[in-house]
Amino acid sequence: MLNIVNLECVRGDRQLFSGLSFSLEEGSLLHVHGANGSGKTTLLRAIAGLVLPEDGAVEWGGKPARKLSEDFNRELIYMGHHYGLKFELTAYENLRVFARLSGFDISERSVELALKSMGLARCFELPVKVLSQGQKKRVSLARLLLQRSRLWILDEPFVALDVAGVSMLLEMIKEHVADGGMVILTTHQEVDVEVGKLQHLHLGEH
Amino acid sequence: MFAALKCIIARDLTLALRHRSDVLTTVFFFIIVVSLFPLGVGPETDLLRSMAAGVVWVSALLASMLSLSRLFADDFNDGTLEQLLLTPQPLALIVFGKILAHWIISGLPLVLIAPLLGLQFGLGGDALMMLVLTLLLGTPVLSLIGAIGAALTLGLRGGGVLVSLLVLPLYIPVLIFGAGGVEATVSGMGAEGHLSLLGAMLILSLLLAPLASAAALRISVE
Repeated sequence: MLNIVNLECVRGDRQLFSGLSFSLEEGSLLHVHGANGSGKTTLLRAIAGLVLPEDGAVEWGGKPARKLSEDFNRELIYMGHHYGLKFELTAYENLRVFARLSGFDISERSVELALKSMGLARCFELPVKVLSQGQKKRVSLARLLLQRSRLWILDEPFVALDVAGVSMLLEMIKEHVADGGMVILTTHQEVDVEVGKLQHLHLGEH
Repeated sequence: MFAALKCIIARDLTLALRHRSDVLTTVFFFIIVVSLFPLGVGPETDLLRSMAAGVVWVSALLASMLSLSRLFADDFNDGTLEQLLLTPQPLALIVFGKILAHWIISGLPLVLIAPLLGLQFGLGGDALMMLVLTLLLGTPVLSLIGAIGAALTLGLRGGGVLVSLLVLPLYIPVLIFGAGGVEATVSGMGAEGHLSLLGAMLILSLLLAPLASAAALRISVE
């Protein structure tokens, strides 16, 4: 279970939010709302451990995530505004690097299946740089299928995806939540993320 | 853990192979700078022989400087660096892998080509041997120290110039003992002392540089 205790983040001289507390149980989704510049990305990066919060703590299973460091990283997938892909490598090579660094090996077959279910059956051997924006996004989203992490932190995951892609990602999120996973996401697009336990967080209003 | 180290080294080497021009730039820079000196100074053998070690070493310093900015910048720009930070591996290990790959790409070729360049300066067999040995011990230190500077200046405007100002002073001890070792051999004295000191620097930087670069990276990515 993820606990956010009294979190305060500062960007430059500006305080983005303070005294932010919430908890996220297994099998629930947190939808973070807020205008541009209200600190959504900073919040997500702070939870992932990429940004050091000014005050407060992120706790995972009752322990501070910063202390758990590598054990916490094993439980989490963070997807930011960048694709996080090496454009000179093929989709398969990119995904294999992620898997190996996460401590498991994946077969060519399982990558092929994951890419196929992302609608990228023919892009297996192509360097990522020749793919379109939406296809690149799909390659990076394929990690969600390959890596069994419990907490997904998705920053604007629907950007660059077409209609089919959006509904496919929604399906993946629903399945993950139904399996007892946790998802934190931000989006400006009108998408109904109707799943079991849905929480909303509005930034910039308190 | 070693699987992760192997994976990151293999990744960086594959990327370098697909971007061969980056690798070749460093090597050609080194060759050209070293070759300019005999042309500029003139062909007196004694003069050339006495300055050979210094010229090769300073050029190696500059060449390794040239490739430093790319060590983390590419990964930073496409977001793979933050993903590396989030893998369940010690960051220092990943950084160590990246530095090792960087040395194989930009340091090792200099070591291999150096004896050929030393011939231009009329160095004898022993001196050439010593040149290769000192470079073999010294260039990894350059990559390791340079990584700290590259990590600290990541994402800054004009980071390339800043990194030279930051790192070149720290290269001075390596330069002194590296070039000194070859000169000692040329003049017939033993160079064991120089080699031991270079070895000590290598061990010390192997131990500390990955940790320091990892800490600097965490700050830069924020």
